[in-house]
Amino acid sequence: MKIAVCIKRGPDMETRFKIAASGKAVDEAGLKYDLSDFDGYAVETALQLNEKQGPGETVVISLGPDVVQEQLRKALSMGADRAVQLKSDSVPVDGLAIARALAAELQSGGYDLILFGRQAVDSANATVGPMTAELLNLPCATAVSTLDIANGRATARRELEGAAEVVEFALPAVVTVDEGMPRARYPSLKGIMAARKKPLEVKAAQLGEERLTLEKMELPPERAAGRIVGEGPGAVPELVRLLHTEAKVL
Amino acid sequence: MANTFAMAESRGGALRRVALEAVSAARALADASGGGEVHALLAGAPGIASLAPELGKYGADVVIVVEHAGLANANSEVLAATAAVRIRSGGYRAAVFSSSAQGRDLAPRVAAKLGVAMAADVTSFELAGDALVVRHPAYAGKVIATLRLTGTPAILTLRPGARAAVESAKAARVESAQPAIDPASSRVVVKEMIAGGSAKLDIGDAPVIVSGGRGLKSAENFKLVEDLAAAFGNAAVGATRAVTDDGWRPHSDQIGQTGRQVSPDLYVACGISGAIQHIAGMRNSRTIVAINKDKDAPIFKVADYGIVGDVLEVLPVLTAAVKQARSQG
Repeated sequence: MKIAVCIKRGPDMETRFKIAASGKAVDEAGLKYDLSDFDGYAVETALQLNEKQGPGETVVISLGPDVVQEQLRKALSMGADRAVQLKSDSVPVDGLAIARALAAELQSGGYDLILFGRQAVDSANATVGPMTAELLNLPCATAVSTLDIANGRATARRELEGAAEVVEFALPAVVTVDEGMPRARYPSLKGIMAARKKPLEVKAAQLGEERLTLEKMELPPERAAGRIVGEGPGAVPELVRLLHTEAKVL
Repeated sequence: MANTFAMAESRGGALRRVALEAVSAARALADASGGGEVHALLAGAPGIASLAPELGKYGADVVIVVEHAGLANANSEVLAATAAVRIRSGGYRAAVFSSSAQGRDLAPRVAAKLGVAMAADVTSFELAGDALVVRHPAYAGKVIATLRLTGTPAILTLRPGARAAVESAKAARVESAQPAIDPASSRVVVKEMIAGGSAKLDIGDAPVIVSGGRGLKSAENFKLVEDLAAAFGNAAVGATRAVTDDGWRPHSDQIGQTGRQVSPDLYVACGISGAIQHIAGMRNSRTIVAINKDKDAPIFKVADYGIVGDVLEVLPVLTAAVKQARSQG
């Protein structure tokens, strides 16, 4: 199959973020970046599908400034065949602008399957996948936890709140992958060496008009410090009393 | 004065709580724009119209009812096309969807069909002249982004529980409409719906959540968490990513940045150390209780009340005490 995987560069979340002086971004100093976690699952999913189902091509695409080439190279070192950077000065907050640029690139690519992570680690919007599907007029299944493909048809499970559904659709299609799908593999040394020679094409991103813009970023208010009620089972009566009389939740 | 659209989400012929939150938010937007109407779209199998008065109670002036046997399960392709047709012709200032599994699947498609601005997972909003300004938690909830949506209609999905549904009785005149495309022609077909357990409260709806982490030491010990949830009577069981990754609980129970984001009245964290990824999903709970044997665990920084101790010893005592407190009314 010819599979496209749209990936985003994202920071490691296990850190204390600071707001940049502009008030419109997080301070990037000291942040570590990687593939956004679900996007890593999407790359892995594509590689496994093509490994199992015989000859195919996995193309990874990322929109943004030149630093996204790091993540494209990582995907190539995992085993993707080639990469495309849709170059823009920054990654817009407007998901529809990103979807337009991706759709313009994907339109004539002849892809059987277009994969996304369910949502990015940083913006967590979960919008670009289904928007791209809509612009390409393709069937779309979001947030799938399983994906089986046979004879040009896909079966996927989607987790809903307190329930799940099994959906079926024909390819070509757009799928966004959720927890339950395979974790990204670690690139092998051989893979890293091979990635250096794989093609990485740079094109201008066709974003169009942006109607969603960032006003500011700020840190959320800290929760007021709580208190340790006591130690061990002996603290239970006091806890229950506080839940009843103070928090009024019991 | 401008009208506002709301998507009223249902499942299995019943309204979801997020439907009332969406209608109530649309009411607030309509009132803020000088008293326009709220038009709520309610789609489902024949008979779904009976839910219209409930939407009126929360502020819907008009309920657009789309009844079709092929809509017994939500179908985003059909719903997106139907909502887009209505929103395009209705001259709305804004359209409110829910940031639920269904709403997150639906709203981006509608925004793309209409070519309009959309903001996801919104916790608050205000009209600012011609624009809509919203707040959206980003970076695992550690940063709050303020975003501006230019043009109309502006589409937003509302974070479940971020804004309580408020009663505001309106007439809820019923208008019937047809699906914009035949559900039978949908390219994505729901083959099976799998209920997540009989009559169990969903973690998005439960006023109390009892959640377990690695400190429980085994899948079997989750019985203690379930017992405490049962003692509260109105509680659901949640879990950390570490626990769902280990297969102790299904992925659908995971609370955290990559799982569900919840804001119940009471959140009881049992044997949870408080990784950032988990705290991102529960920090907006009204009251947080933490039980953990490590007094330096980060969970105690967000907890209102903490007990330092072995969760396996504390839980049975707490369950008995909650049972007793509830029996005393």
